[in-house]
Amino acid sequence: MSTDSRFVHKIWQQEELSKMVDGGVPFPMLSDAGGRIGALYGVYDEAAGVDIRGRFIIDPDFMIRAMEVLTPEVGRNPDELIRQVKAFQHVAKTGEVTPSGWEPGETTLTPGPDLVGKVWKAWKP
Amino acid sequence: MTKLKDGCVKPARGPIVPAAEATAQGERTSQQEVMKMQARVGQQAPDFEANAFVAGEGFKIVKLSDYKGKWIVVCFYPGDFTFV
Repeated sequence: MSTDSRFVHKIWQQEELSKMVDGGVPFPMLSDAGGRIGALYGVYDEAAGVDIRGRFIIDPDFMIRAMEVLTPEVGRNPDELIRQVKAFQHVAKTGEVTPSGWEPGETTLTPGPDLVGKVWKAWKP
Repeated sequence: MTKLKDGCVKPARGPIVPAAEATAQGERTSQQEVMKMQARVGQQAPDFEANAFVAGEGFKIVKLSDYKGKWIVVCFYPGDFTFV
């Protein structure tokens, strides 16, 4: 989503994105006219009149699970986004928690009195 | 190539303020409320409606809460045709 119109989105998809991604980006390209939605999400830069880089993960119960906001110069890391979604999905399903840098299949932790001071035994970074 | 549709004949509403808040505060106040950041982790996502271009479909209005029940990622970026 950006403050561009749907017309600009269409031409960007047609002229550029479809040459980078086969078939173009498959998700809806949203138009945030006037930055009103960006303001609601805390990413609208009034001086520049644009939405800065902001990324929000929302779970099936409509709760925001994660947000990442960057100034425009640095691009995002889609691998990290996917890792976080997978971790939140795992946590929602199992009730376990995932340590730093967790990838599917790696050790998870089950919080409780027995784990206090013993994380070093259960998890080797 | 399939014919693309234009489903954006009516303008999208943008941020959607809960009905109770809008009526209690009056239209003007609710509009100002909207401009304050409401997104917080662990809280409900602020709902909105936006005009969109969807590959293979055309123009349509997308409402965030229509995706309730799925994992959703919302991405903001400064502009089409920018470099990063």
